[in-house]
Amino acid sequence: MSVTKLKLNDDAAPARKAEIIALAREPRKARRYDLATLAGRVAGTVLPPLVTIALILLLWEVLCSSPTSSLPSPTRVLEESWELIVNPFYVGQGVDQGMFWHIFASLQRVAIGFTLAVIAGVALGALVGQSDWAMRGLDPVFQVLRTVPPLAWLPLSLAAFRDGSPSAIFVIFITAIWPIIINTAVGIRNIPTDYVNVARVLRLNPLEYFTKIMVPSAAPYIFTGLRIGIGLSWLAIVAAEMLIGGVGIGFFIWDAWNSSLISDIIVALVYVGLVGFLLDRCIAFLGRIVTRGTANA
Amino acid sequence: MAKPYLSLEFVDKSFERNGIRSEVLTQVSLGVQKGEYISIIGHSGCGKSTLLNIVAGLTQATSGVVFLDGEVVDSPGPERGVVFQNHSLLPWLTVYENVSLAVDKVFSRTKSAAQRHEWTMRNLDLVQMGHAKDKRPSEISGGMKQRVGIARALAMEPKVLLLDEPFGALDALTRAHLQDQVMQIHTELGNTVLMITHDVDEAVLLSDRIVMMTNGPSAKIGEVLDVPIARPRRRIELASDRTYLRCREAVLKFLYERHRFVEAAE
Repeated sequence: MSVTKLKLNDDAAPARKAEIIALAREPRKARRYDLATLAGRVAGTVLPPLVTIALILLLWEVLCSSPTSSLPSPTRVLEESWELIVNPFYVGQGVDQGMFWHIFASLQRVAIGFTLAVIAGVALGALVGQSDWAMRGLDPVFQVLRTVPPLAWLPLSLAAFRDGSPSAIFVIFITAIWPIIINTAVGIRNIPTDYVNVARVLRLNPLEYFTKIMVPSAAPYIFTGLRIGIGLSWLAIVAAEMLIGGVGIGFFIWDAWNSSLISDIIVALVYVGLVGFLLDRCIAFLGRIVTRGTANA
Repeated sequence: MAKPYLSLEFVDKSFERNGIRSEVLTQVSLGVQKGEYISIIGHSGCGKSTLLNIVAGLTQATSGVVFLDGEVVDSPGPERGVVFQNHSLLPWLTVYENVSLAVDKVFSRTKSAAQRHEWTMRNLDLVQMGHAKDKRPSEISGGMKQRVGIARALAMEPKVLLLDEPFGALDALTRAHLQDQVMQIHTELGNTVLMITHDVDEAVLLSDRIVMMTNGPSAKIGEVLDVPIARPRRRIELASDRTYLRCREAVLKFLYERHRFVEAAE
């Protein structure tokens, strides 16, 4: 009896109070709070980089403003390369193309080389991750080969392919493949024994095991490898294209240097930076979608 | 007596590391009849999980044989459905997909796609998880995960269900609820069950027989206790049941008087 009474008292008094507060105050307060935080958050993410860029441009303008300066100031870049900036889709003769087409040609090479690297890298990584003997045999070779700088492969691939474009693609391939192999192998070595046991109890065949257990389980590791790989590919393509010529952002830069068009080089660098950033974000975004289930389980 | 449905005959298991041999199990022999619910209880480190893994085929016995329904067990397979201690659901699949992975694999030839779907749903409903079929394991509670794990094992229509401390990681209330559910499923389907546990009450409540293991290294079966309590069993009624208490006492005495857990028994 007394317990029930106590309970009733306890329930009644604070509950009613709490309800009134919740209904009367919270909605208004919450809405105002939301707007304020939203505005604050947008300003917080957008303003700092804008301020930084403005400061860098200002500093640059001041440093290069003298008429004898060897590098152009931002205003001179705009002036001298205005044609280039406003006509990205310009189509001309030979290597005289708009920026978009140069970037597009480079991206095509990266796409082919990187796709091949993903296929071969994941397959080799799976082999090294699965088999101790493959690990012992291949790992030392990989560890040595991966330290060879990308451009050192170029003469060799030119000798083998006797053509510029496939050589550049090969350089992309050989640059991107090592982080993919190594990360895939680590991911596969780290597959929890529980998942392996589930597969064994179900008697999954090797193909089912590969697609249903191995790849999803190692996906976070594989995507780390892919992100490093795409970054390295983009680094390597610019250097490789400088040497092989033809349409492409790398040769564009080299050509601009030979024609003393320093402003054009600066415009190209901005493009290279932005595209590299976008590539990295694309892979990261793809990785987040693919691994949405595995990350926190 | 007829040849048991599941029988372990003189199973030995030893591991070798750096040339040092350590015996885990010695001369373990056990016969299980069809439809029986057997618990294996012992202190941690006594090799009871190893024993279950040998029956599952996940670990090879050093010597001795395991027969199931007249066939030698030498590799894992779906006729021995395992419910793992930490549920082992694949986190990238939904609840439904986790079960259907097993159903599609086991019944790929014998059932049509529609039948497989129906069978997957029936097993999820059996553990009352049909409502959460599109959730991912990270979105459901520990008890729910374990129920899905049980549904996955049951969906393979195993000859024997192997439970490796299935309720060990759950809180007491959830555990009681799941125990009741497993008891009901056992009554309905008449599965043969081999369960590893370290919980005395759980063992007495659920089992027809309790296999008590001595301490490792070289653990063996110390005693087998019959639990002559009629089914269906209700935990509240059993709390004061004479037979229940006597069984409980027998297991406790075995574990804490005769085979006390010795730390660092090297």
